[in-house]
Amino acid sequence: MDDTMKITHSQAFKTFTEPLGRNNPISIQSLGICSALAVTVQIKTAIVMGLSLTFVVAFSSMIISLMRHHIPRNIRMIVELSVIATLVILADEVLQAFFYDISKQLSVFVGLIITNCIVMGRAETFALGNPPGLAFLDGLGSGAGYGVVLATVAFIREFLGSGKLLGYPVIPQSFYNAGYENMGFMQLAPAAFIIIGLLVWLQKALSKEKG
Amino acid sequence: MENLISIFLNSVFVGNILLAYFLGMCSFVAVSQNMDTAIGLGFAVVFVLSVTAPVNWVVWHYLLKPGALAWAGLPTADLSFLKLITFIAVIAALVQAVEMVIDRFSPALYGSLGVFLPLIAVNCAILGTSLFMAEREYTFLETLTFGVGSGVGWMLAIVSMAAIRIKLRYADTPEGLQGFGITMIVSGLMAMGFMLFSGITL
Repeated sequence: MDDTMKITHSQAFKTFTEPLGRNNPISIQSLGICSALAVTVQIKTAIVMGLSLTFVVAFSSMIISLMRHHIPRNIRMIVELSVIATLVILADEVLQAFFYDISKQLSVFVGLIITNCIVMGRAETFALGNPPGLAFLDGLGSGAGYGVVLATVAFIREFLGSGKLLGYPVIPQSFYNAGYENMGFMQLAPAAFIIIGLLVWLQKALSKEKG
Repeated sequence: MENLISIFLNSVFVGNILLAYFLGMCSFVAVSQNMDTAIGLGFAVVFVLSVTAPVNWVVWHYLLKPGALAWAGLPTADLSFLKLITFIAVIAALVQAVEMVIDRFSPALYGSLGVFLPLIAVNCAILGTSLFMAEREYTFLETLTFGVGSGVGWMLAIVSMAAIRIKLRYADTPEGLQGFGITMIVSGLMAMGFMLFSGITL
């Protein structure tokens, strides 16, 4: 009895933490970067995007897992899509109601969570074959891992691009007086691609060192 | 007319859905290994986009937009919150129809494109184009142009990427950067190239 408890606990823990580090959705699985990068000019939008995605992926995994014995195999995509779309609409409506400015900045990208490969991928590969509790944790971990990468990219872009963090200037005026300039390039789309490329390199190098 | 040309050029180059808005990345990374499949998928995306964007425009303008149901005697109805789920359903249905038509008339094409079509249904580029169409309030002709232009832009990006990756096989890429990493960096460089077109105005 004691042993089984331990196993489920460690398995649940692993399900949650695995996507955060070693199995991180953005860089290793290379999925779901679609809509991620467009919202990484500022940390604030990136965090909101990460939270919305975590909400959607966690609950969609749980709901799909609850229904997994009742979904006919050949229409499972449609069922999954309608669950995901409903949750995304919820998230979008909440953002529009309570965080109108951020929702305007995120523009179409919240809606694009529907087609985000992470959500669909977790539903297909994990939720259909695992109990709801684990599926929920797996979704939570995947979403959080995605959020961490988004926030990292956004941190680099906002810090180097406009000298601010979360909208507050952090680079002292004396630096600017001494000739420091913000890197306008960081605000443009190509910078996001290059940062992701370099982050993947860093992660691979680190994971190899660990063995 | 000039307006349409500028929408077209803008969606192909400066506002390229892949390189400026990061849409359709998943299939872009997965499929750009091979020239033939890249061209095939490119055509499939152009085709699907030029069908789905106008159809979604019709749905948006006559069913969902605030006040769109005036023709049915419901001028105050606002179904715009159904936008996401309706668009994705329309796209999935159309992709399914396209798949059946291709299967019926060109088994050879089906053999090479068939695998990609389900992928396209969840391609962010397709849904993204429809959402942009609704957000930017395009007219019908503008939507058609924007759909075709976005598709052509996406195809241009994936085909050039496939060409670059063929060359990259002979390059001495650092080990950790191989595969996904270098693809991202090359896309970044390509995006920079595409941005140079932003100086051109009609």
